[in-house]
Amino acid sequence: MTNNMAAKPNGTYTNFGINTVGIIRAPRGDGKEAIVLVTPYNSQKVTPNELLSLALGFSVFSLLSRAAWLSKDIVWLSADSQFGEYSAVSSWLNQYHNPMFLSHPVNLDTKIYGANQFLYKPDGTAEKAELMAFKRAGTMAAALIFKVGETRKYGDRDSVTMYAEASNGQMPNLDLLNVVHYLAVHRQGFRVNVETFNSLLSSSWLRVIAEVFQNLGSVLRKINPDWKLDVTVPDYVEGTANLASSMYNQALGVPTGSHGAFRDYQVDAVSLEFAPAFHLKNENAKSSFLLRGGRLTEGVVRSVNNLLEKFHQSFFLYFLTAPSKFISVGVYMIPFALLLAPLPIVAAALAGGSKTKGKLEDECKTKGNADDLQMEGGSWKWLKSARVLLIIQFWAVLVSLLPYYISQIPGAMPIQYAVIWAVLSITILIILYAMFGSPSRAGVEWKLLKATMITSITIGMGLMSIINFATAQLGALILIPMCLFSRPLRAQLEMNFLPRTVLLASNILLTVLGFPPAAFLIMKGLSKGSWTVDIVGDFWLWMEFLWEWSSATYLYVFLVHLPCWLLCIHVLLHPCYQPESKMKQE
Amino acid sequence: MAAAPPALRRLLLFSLLLLASVAAAAEGEEEEEFTEELLLRPLPDRKALAHFHFRSSAPPSAAAGRHHHVFPKAIAQLVQQFHISELELSFTQGRWNYEQWGGYDPMSTNYAKPPGVELWAAFDLPLDEIDATWKNLTHTLSGLFCASINFLESSTAFSAPRWGFKLNEDNLRYGALPREAVCTENLTPWLKLLPCRDKAGIASLLYRPSIYKGYYHSQKLKLTSSQSFGIIIDQTLTVVLQPDNFRGQQLHSTDGQLQPSWSMKDLFNRKLSGKCRVSKSSRVFLEIEKDIVDKSGTEVSWTNELFVLSTAPDRVLKELNNMDAQSSSLYEYDVSNYNNDKPLDVGITWKLPLIWSCTPAPYHANRFLMGSGNERGSIALSFRSTNLHKQLFGNSNDCSIKAVVFQVVPWYVKVYYHSLQIFIDGNSKAISELVDKIHVTPSEDKHLPGTLEMLLRLPCSMESATLSLDFDKGFLHIDEYPPDANQGFDIPSALVTFPEFNSSRSYPETDTLSVSRLLQTFKEDGVVKSYTEVLLVPLTTPDFSMPYNVITFTCTVLALYFGSLLNALRRRIGEEERELKKAATKRGLIPLLIAKLRGKKVDPPPQGSSPTSLLSTKLLLKVVFVVVVAVSFHYLSNS
Repeated sequence: MTNNMAAKPNGTYTNFGINTVGIIRAPRGDGKEAIVLVTPYNSQKVTPNELLSLALGFSVFSLLSRAAWLSKDIVWLSADSQFGEYSAVSSWLNQYHNPMFLSHPVNLDTKIYGANQFLYKPDGTAEKAELMAFKRAGTMAAALIFKVGETRKYGDRDSVTMYAEASNGQMPNLDLLNVVHYLAVHRQGFRVNVETFNSLLSSSWLRVIAEVFQNLGSVLRKINPDWKLDVTVPDYVEGTANLASSMYNQALGVPTGSHGAFRDYQVDAVSLEFAPAFHLKNENAKSSFLLRGGRLTEGVVRSVNNLLEKFHQSFFLYFLTAPSKFISVGVYMIPFALLLAPLPIVAAALAGGSKTKGKLEDECKTKGNADDLQMEGGSWKWLKSARVLLIIQFWAVLVSLLPYYISQIPGAMPIQYAVIWAVLSITILIILYAMFGSPSRAGVEWKLLKATMITSITIGMGLMSIINFATAQLGALILIPMCLFSRPLRAQLEMNFLPRTVLLASNILLTVLGFPPAAFLIMKGLSKGSWTVDIVGDFWLWMEFLWEWSSATYLYVFLVHLPCWLLCIHVLLHPCYQPESKMKQE
Repeated sequence: MAAAPPALRRLLLFSLLLLASVAAAAEGEEEEEFTEELLLRPLPDRKALAHFHFRSSAPPSAAAGRHHHVFPKAIAQLVQQFHISELELSFTQGRWNYEQWGGYDPMSTNYAKPPGVELWAAFDLPLDEIDATWKNLTHTLSGLFCASINFLESSTAFSAPRWGFKLNEDNLRYGALPREAVCTENLTPWLKLLPCRDKAGIASLLYRPSIYKGYYHSQKLKLTSSQSFGIIIDQTLTVVLQPDNFRGQQLHSTDGQLQPSWSMKDLFNRKLSGKCRVSKSSRVFLEIEKDIVDKSGTEVSWTNELFVLSTAPDRVLKELNNMDAQSSSLYEYDVSNYNNDKPLDVGITWKLPLIWSCTPAPYHANRFLMGSGNERGSIALSFRSTNLHKQLFGNSNDCSIKAVVFQVVPWYVKVYYHSLQIFIDGNSKAISELVDKIHVTPSEDKHLPGTLEMLLRLPCSMESATLSLDFDKGFLHIDEYPPDANQGFDIPSALVTFPEFNSSRSYPETDTLSVSRLLQTFKEDGVVKSYTEVLLVPLTTPDFSMPYNVITFTCTVLALYFGSLLNALRRRIGEEERELKKAATKRGLIPLLIAKLRGKKVDPPPQGSSPTSLLSTKLLLKVVFVVVVAVSFHYLSNS
């Protein structure tokens, strides 16, 4: 059976990608469940390593077709990846789960639509009409995507890289990864890797920290040999690099491969990329690789096949520090909770302090009359700051929607788009201030403004931690110190020199870091080591990328992070006195 | 006994005579009968079908109710107790492959069953007693066949179809358990009902490792009872096996040979050495499909240019068919002619590579789930035309074909029947155009499953049709989850019947005395039926270990609460203060010494907090000292 997907780069001609699908009916099974194997290949330009992965897929498939032990059906999808692996797999999955019964698709103008054509079993007996239908095989239990990547030049063993992150930091059940890792390492002798940040592996400061930990650990070990707290330097560095990569990939919210398409349908899936350590013309090495790779795939299929229930229980929330080591939700929740816990208290203290003590004891030393204010606002003073918050949130929503309309403008450079976006955002902000009054003129107390800001990020962070924990955690690391340290620059004038300098420096540093494009620039510079000027265009591309993959990180950046940053700026630049004009008017 | 009076002795003799004459009379008119038959058939996809058919019948006599010769007593009691007029129980493992193994012959219409257990029974009782009797029946059958048929007892598990399954006067109940695993534990009680069990006769071929190695395994018990002809049980076992070839390996498509040659020894690892002594007739048939007969030419001999049979048959039967000149042929072997020295080993050897196909049902019916997520989804039922009607009725395109859909859906899959949509060849059609008759019993939460009976009229010209029904997924109470709830929940197979197509086959009867019971059943009710797949719906399942966590957590909190409460209650504050004062007056040793050294008089300490603070700093010093000593000792001892 094949599945055609058509992609229309422009209106004039149509390209087809053809997904070929084979289904093995489990001889004694009831056909309620299926295991999916996927081998992506580019049908337009087949490279030797893709041929090897197709060969691996076919050999496993033909082996399984004589297996009597199968209890779940096997689906082998060789996905035509000329338009990307993800789109090929997701269009097949979409047709599997949400087929269109109307023969003339109503939405012809959409990018990809599915239609069926033929081919089925190796038996020649089946008729063609029968082959035209889209075949199905029950509910999917798990999926395994495997492909052979480039040859690694300096490797003693063939290695396998596992990719697991799906959209918005969703992970497959850890048991699936454990099965793959166990079989690959202990049975077939592969070296198993997960994605890592290579720049961290060679960084010297990480090595210094690792040495400190190692020394500390060895001292503790001498005190009590039962305390196994020492971590060797390479282990620590590698674990940190893996963890950073795992957190980054989850925080980005973009799937790292076609397994992400399966996760959208609640199917556990993992991608394996084999990196052979031999030249692809070496026939002996190739057949031995086919044998071991096939055994690994068969082993995974057997493990999933023998399960009565699908993977369940709570091992969906974790960060990987090594292919076989992980940090579970119970551990990584604690630092985040500790970061978040002081926020409501600080907000309450700020609001409460400003209410009871009034303006007189404020460090700003306002010149206005406290009684006037008391009469004017009373305990409802916070409404003003809430209004500011609402205006800024509204602005943030508009800014987050702008790219959709900007991208409709044809034929512009990313940098141009970005500039348009920035200009429009600033214009909107000015218009909004003109309409509703700017916070500096509205006479909002900075403590109340800060309290409102902290409350809003507490809510924002709490919500985000449910949607995508990694994003919330990474964001909290920047956002929470930024919020807590923020204090009007004028108010700082009255402090001693040392605390003032520290506060000023941290304020400026955190505010720069907190601005999304700046953070992006620094992150990019750190990871790549190159500091290019075309950062604005890159930022636009990055945002477009997040938008395309409908990542929740995009929403986080624009609905939680950006308004908070703007409020911080407002707090920093707070005039600290009541606007004279207003007082005069009264 | 010798002392018995002659009158009594005469009476005894008389009564014995009377009994003997009654027995002789019963033998004369009708007696209990047992027949055993086996049908073998090669299948197009290199497999072989074996169908065992055992029939036991008991005459309708009120007196014969207690004592039986060959008829199983358990069944007779069952029929009497529950007033069953018809009952069918099937245990199936694997799926019947309608595309490869055919869908238009008596085998596929009557013996292809959905996976798991299917039970239906019609009762000869007043309507208000039927449900209660059904419940008792499920428990009895559960005990009799070592299966969890008792799960059909709950009113959520069975339904009362009116015409979609079988025409009846509301006295029929239908239930299915798709998840029931079938194994030897179900076969053994089934064999127990046979007079020779598996010790002799055709049943001795049932070598467990080979029959459970197969691709399809369906054991069925069909029971009919009436006042006029008594009780008849048909026990059938249908298996599809992959013949082992001589190397002990299975033949595969890549091996280059198309069809494996096989015999009974290859299939069952046994040969047939004689019949069951009490059986009235014992026969083995080998059926050759119509398609092969067509290819082999006109002559139907057991050895021709396509194949040769291992043993010469006793008889060759040809199907009586008025529509076609060619039809399938049966080679009959009488087992009573064979014995231990000369066992029967029917087999077929192919001379030429051959491809043939079985006649399919008019439509291939498939069912699948659409949508994802834990909230809602749709069930789709698709029909694909096999163009059978063109072969049978000619090429007229404005006819229509009737199809009856019968579907039972558990209550937690809440089907919205108004959302029924029908697409024919990619065009949406109005329901009134295609549905002649529809009967829906909506599901009731935790009480009744939903039942859909629908008579469709599909146009002949269509290639494919799809029906879709939307549903919401319900929530279950924690104790309603079955074991292994995380696998998902099953929707039992739907049944699609094509009432205009009849697959019954009639064979010429040579002599009325030894008519084959198997061929008789082939002649009976043969409306073409096909079952669809079982569906698996993933529902939201709670974390079942959560209650345990909650219990542990709650208990900890309670323990802490009660501990501190008791502690506070049993404390006596006054007593403690006095104790504290007493301790304060007791001075430490070192200050005492220092005071002595300085030559000062030891005076009573001033009232206040200073002694306690002194005490606590001292305590702290002591602790630090001990820790330092311990750490240094440890460090030194290790290095």
